Amino acid sequence: MDRELVTSLSEKARSVRLGIIDALGVGNRGHLGGSMSCADIVAALYFYKMRHSAQKQDDPNRDRFIMSKGHSVLAQYAALAETGYFDKKILGTTKTLGSILQGHPERTTPGIEANTGSLGQGLSVGVGMALAGKADGLDYHVYVIVGDGELAEGQIWEAAMAASHYGLDNLTAIVDMNGIQAMGKTRDRYAIGNIPGRFAAFGWKTFEIDGHDMAEIVDTLDRAAAVRGLPTAIVARTVKGKGVDFAENTHAYHNNLLNVEEREKAIASVMASAMSAK
Amino acid sequence: MEKNPRMAYGAALLELAGKDRRIVALDADLCNSTQSVQIEKNLRGQYFEMGIGEANMICAAAGLALCGKIPFVHSFAVFVAGRPFDQIRQGVCLPNLNVKIVGSSAGLSDFPDGATHQSFEDMALMRVLPNMTVFSPVDAVEVPKVVRAALAIEGPVYIRLNRNDVPVLTEDSTPFETGKPLVLAEGGDVALCATGLMTDLAMKARESLNADGISARVVNFSTIKPLDAEAVKKALAGVRALVTAEEHSVIGGLGAALSETLAENPLPMKRVGIADRYGQSAQDYEMLLEHYGLTPLAIAKAAREILSRGK
Repeated sequence: MDRELVTSLSEKARSVRLGIIDALGVGNRGHLGGSMSCADIVAALYFYKMRHSAQKQDDPNRDRFIMSKGHSVLAQYAALAETGYFDKKILGTTKTLGSILQGHPERTTPGIEANTGSLGQGLSVGVGMALAGKADGLDYHVYVIVGDGELAEGQIWEAAMAASHYGLDNLTAIVDMNGIQAMGKTRDRYAIGNIPGRFAAFGWKTFEIDGHDMAEIVDTLDRAAAVRGLPTAIVARTVKGKGVDFAENTHAYHNNLLNVEEREKAIASVMASAMSAK
Repeated sequence: MEKNPRMAYGAALLELAGKDRRIVALDADLCNSTQSVQIEKNLRGQYFEMGIGEANMICAAAGLALCGKIPFVHSFAVFVAGRPFDQIRQGVCLPNLNVKIVGSSAGLSDFPDGATHQSFEDMALMRVLPNMTVFSPVDAVEVPKVVRAALAIEGPVYIRLNRNDVPVLTEDSTPFETGKPLVLAEGGDVALCATGLMTDLAMKARESLNADGISARVVNFSTIKPLDAEAVKKALAGVRALVTAEEHSVIGGLGAALSETLAENPLPMKRVGIADRYGQSAQDYEMLLEHYGLTPLAIAKAAREILSRGK
């Protein structure tokens, strides 16, 4: 694995984390935990794997990204701002009246490909996009991040069936398996069981990774894109709140406020964790 | 003469899809009933079987639309408008995507299958959604015009179709315009405002009213939403009262739409439709229409009552 690439992507992931804190602001309620848990994956997609450009947003051949767990859109906003889809200064307007950055993804935001937020729908939208790609002979790839709690939505499994029925090898689902949903640990609240096994049973090629190991994320995204004939699922073990030490592994920061002091502590924590990773 | 609206629909869709490769049909294992089978049989690359999973089907259609396709999504009205309401709201109407939803076997028209398969709520559900256009064609001759109108709209559309043969009231040359009602028969005392099969029953009610010296106008509404307020005003100009008639719940359908449109300048009004209740199985369609009070007699009775109240 290219050491320089991994280092540079880890730095991008740090920018995404700082962007999440910016988007959360002070005194606004927002989903810190689930945005942080998928920050490394989002960084790897936007800054390494996906073919996309803020300058050519309607390129029919661009790769598509859907944040099906729409509450984690703060990570996507941060990545889009970092890539130039809109000014980073706008991040601070997230969830304020009239902002282009809504509480959940909407197509009115540059770079947002699909409306999500009502859980369970994003993978189906990805199925439609992947079907269109096949029908038109385009070689773009569709990436959908779903949460482990979100897998309780039955529509996910309808989409899983459709994707394998049509052999959608241009579709990759990434499960941000942080193990915590709004009301507590997923295994205690509503156990979803063997996630890779369930996707495999629905006819998907599955991978299991550490969702914070950048080298492993990059390598697995490459391997998933090379699979032919069936859809791919990457089940990523992640830590809710990853990078903000006081928010890690707790549902207290599923949807929360940060006061001025907490915001400073969160920024310091992200900076420190990025340093130690080097 | 009677003709089948869903057969006319299949033929119309096939004709349009043959000319425009962007059109794709999706169905949830009912393509024979909905007639999207015409696309599967003749334009195979433009048909997607989505299995018995309506929620996924609607969102997959959203994904197809986001990639430049024009999906026509099919199932029975109760399953395609009711079951995936959240998917239609969040996935299609909120982002204003170019997805056409076609609800077959609407109203009581799937008479043997009973309450589970009959839909009296679909117009109410689809009408409440911003960006959605709702069509309820009057007969099989009008269906191709409605499908062309749906295609001309860059956004979500719902089309409601009857399963059975229904009387033909219009001709190829009869005008059709989105949002505008059509006066099918003139009359000065009362307007019988109807949609779908009920327009034919309103024509029959008109005959009996005329025989009693009551002059009834019949106004057909093939668009339930949006309603052009000016055109509605014009179509109702001069009458003293109106009766609405629909094969739908009296809550939320044509009667409700007209009440809302006329709220600031109201006319005495009565609604003929299905009272706040569910359907049931029956041996034939006529029997069920009769049981639920969807008859020329009921429309004429409502007209007489409302006119006598005004005196």
